[in-house]
Amino acid sequence: MTNTSGDVPAIEFRDVDKRFGDNVVLDGLNFSVPQGQRVTLIGPSGSGKTTILRLLMTLEELSGGLILIDGDPYTHEYKGEKWVAVPEKRRRVVRNRVGMVFQQFNLFPNMTVLENIIESPVHVLGKSKADAIADAERLLEKVGMSEKRDFNTNQLSGGQQQRVAIARALAMDPEILLLDEVTSALDPEIVADVLDVLREIAETTDITMLLVTHEMQFAREVSDRVLMFDKGQIVEEADPETMFTNPTHDRTKEFLKAVLGG
Amino acid sequence: MSDDIQDLVERLPLLGDAVLVTLLMTVGGALLAVVIAVLLGFGSRTQTLWVRGPSRVVVEFFRGTSLVVQLFWLFYVLPVFGFKMEALAVAIVALGLNYGAYASEVVRGSIASVPQGQWEAATALNMTWFHKVRRVIFPQAWALMIPMLANLLIQLLKGSALAYYITLQDVNFWTVELRRATADTFFSYTAGLIVYFIIAYLLTWGMNILEERAKRRLGRGTRPTLRETFGLKPASNPRLANTAGAPAGGGGA
Repeated sequence: MTNTSGDVPAIEFRDVDKRFGDNVVLDGLNFSVPQGQRVTLIGPSGSGKTTILRLLMTLEELSGGLILIDGDPYTHEYKGEKWVAVPEKRRRVVRNRVGMVFQQFNLFPNMTVLENIIESPVHVLGKSKADAIADAERLLEKVGMSEKRDFNTNQLSGGQQQRVAIARALAMDPEILLLDEVTSALDPEIVADVLDVLREIAETTDITMLLVTHEMQFAREVSDRVLMFDKGQIVEEADPETMFTNPTHDRTKEFLKAVLGG
Repeated sequence: MSDDIQDLVERLPLLGDAVLVTLLMTVGGALLAVVIAVLLGFGSRTQTLWVRGPSRVVVEFFRGTSLVVQLFWLFYVLPVFGFKMEALAVAIVALGLNYGAYASEVVRGSIASVPQGQWEAATALNMTWFHKVRRVIFPQAWALMIPMLANLLIQLLKGSALAYYITLQDVNFWTVELRRATADTFFSYTAGLIVYFIIAYLLTWGMNILEERAKRRLGRGTRPTLRETFGLKPASNPRLANTAGAPAGGGGA
């Protein structure tokens, strides 16, 4: 079912609509992300960036259009002319390829750090507990949280919680990682630790990454492509160098001026 | 008065049986109530109308009608339709339905106060709905609902006294029998009060232990467990060691 040959995009949005009541957030959005590419979404709040990630994690339902993962229908498909929802059972197969890290970490407080990480590898992927623990320990090492293995999550600082959340998402071995403003809730001095972890993941894996962030310097370092959103539309897309030094669209210029203070 | 004591002592063996009946009703009713509360509590939350509708109707019906009338109805009216149950079973079913309806609101409210982000993180980890509820949502909601369920449990215990009217020989029955024997209303009903109070106190104590355990699992325990208090070794688990002394970050009280 999975098609991982290079020419099929990891993520494809086809005419995606999203409305909340009368509020149109996305209107006929089209874009795709090739396998292994790192894409940063920038733009003012309310421009639909976070909605795109939430649609990809099936936290919101589409109002129209299709999302394909590795060419496979994910949330909806066309049966003849009819636009129908993909049954949960098939969604789950595809959802296994997608992981997400949240702004508010969302660790499970009723579990220890280790339990948070191994829960789904054991009970969703069906890994043996021993394997899951070994993998979790390797990931905790990677995010620098090995000593906190048996701690309760509310004994950790925000930055530590976020690093555990990153390890938890990686433990599911995702092909696609969604990062939704993962440093926005952190104290400034801790942000660097989390970004270092993410930078290492970007350097050492070939996971496709889609990130929404206000850390423009970080976006510039890790992304292959930057998409500027406004009112649910892509107003400009470019490699980070061009986007940050020589944007063409007025809306992008305004936005970057505002966030970079330049 | 010494005659009263004499009568009381003579009836102490009967008190054992009476307490057993009261406890059977209370524990049986409470277990049934929890099952009903969880089913109705989740049922009232679903998007699906044909689940939510009936759930709401059942909750409102059993909350809105008197427990005595429900007891009488199940015991005297249901047999007319050819469905007869033991008095004890009737009491357990009536108490379970009645208090289950109340408790379902507690379950619903507690589930609703688990942050939405917990559901979302569980979705991102590709859990099924049942997996999310069982391993992530319910354990957190459980800690919130125990104090309110403890209140309902005490009310259920006291409500069980009504089962005397459908022939059950519970603590209430024993009290009435004691009064008959002693002809001393003050003495016998005071004895009854004390017996109910002791049972209620023990139940409260048990629920406090449950609450403490649930909170500790969320890392919000405020007091050491009994075993730790009386144990010789200091707590070795790092999860507990750090929370025991330090002021817990809110939600501890």
